[in-house]
Amino acid sequence: MSLYEWLLFLHLLAAFLLVAGLVAYGVVVYGRGEAVVSRALAPAAAALWNAGGLGVIVFGVWLALEVDGYALWDGWIIAAIVLWFVGSGAGGRLGAGLREGRRAQAIDGSRALVAVMALATLLLLLDMILKPWA
Amino acid sequence: MTFAAIRPDHWDFPLFLHVAGAMLLVGALVVVVVTMAAALRNGDGVEVLAQLAFRTLLIGVLPAYVLMRGGAEWIASEEGVPDDLDWIGIGYGVADGGLLLTLIAVVLAWRVSRRGAAGPGGIGRAVLVLAALLILAYGIAIWAMATKPA
Repeated sequence: MSLYEWLLFLHLLAAFLLVAGLVAYGVVVYGRGEAVVSRALAPAAAALWNAGGLGVIVFGVWLALEVDGYALWDGWIIAAIVLWFVGSGAGGRLGAGLREGRRAQAIDGSRALVAVMALATLLLLLDMILKPWA
Repeated sequence: MTFAAIRPDHWDFPLFLHVAGAMLLVGALVVVVVTMAAALRNGDGVEVLAQLAFRTLLIGVLPAYVLMRGGAEWIASEEGVPDDLDWIGIGYGVADGGLLLTLIAVVLAWRVSRRGAAGPGGIGRAVLVLAALLILAYGIAIWAMATKPA
């Protein structure tokens, strides 16, 4: 496997972890609110979202530097980085509330935060596929 | 250094459906694994967790599978992509085998959800193993899609 193939695989794998965290957060926050579900899923959701988010940005930037034809100042890559910060900001607020030991549904604006994370992730995926302003 | 891959624009929407479906599919499977593992620990709320695992398989994993598989078929039909390439064969193999395992997991999870406070037992462990195997298989498919071995 070439370095490009490794980076693309790890970037994709990280994106899958990120979405797995998002799905788990969604079940916790938009579900019926049972404490047992929150206890079981919230730590896994936070771990997956954080690990996936870190992997996506690290391997994504590495890919942009490695591949001829991509540059960090390409419009679609700048848009991706902005969206990553938006999603990470919302995820960070949710994660901070969880670390304080609060139930996900008791965190102020938790549903809005997950909605922002979902929207940012959806737009990121569209950005990766459509590559606007490339 | 590598040149960026170029693909036709009309692949974009089916590719979006395929990738989004695959991501939701794996995400829902992770929820099944985590909730069933928690149910197997036999603490409070075993019934709630077992029912959540079943509902996630039914209304999360199956629709996401349809999205992923439908998107893949759409791309293949658009361009007449040859199906004798290894990476496409791996994708089809994982998807088709995965559907069978998913359906078995749905039936088993339904039985677990009806056991109530008796706990998931061996059937619950089977659901956990099937879901974990599916995640592993889709991990191999992600590798094949990313690296496209000849």
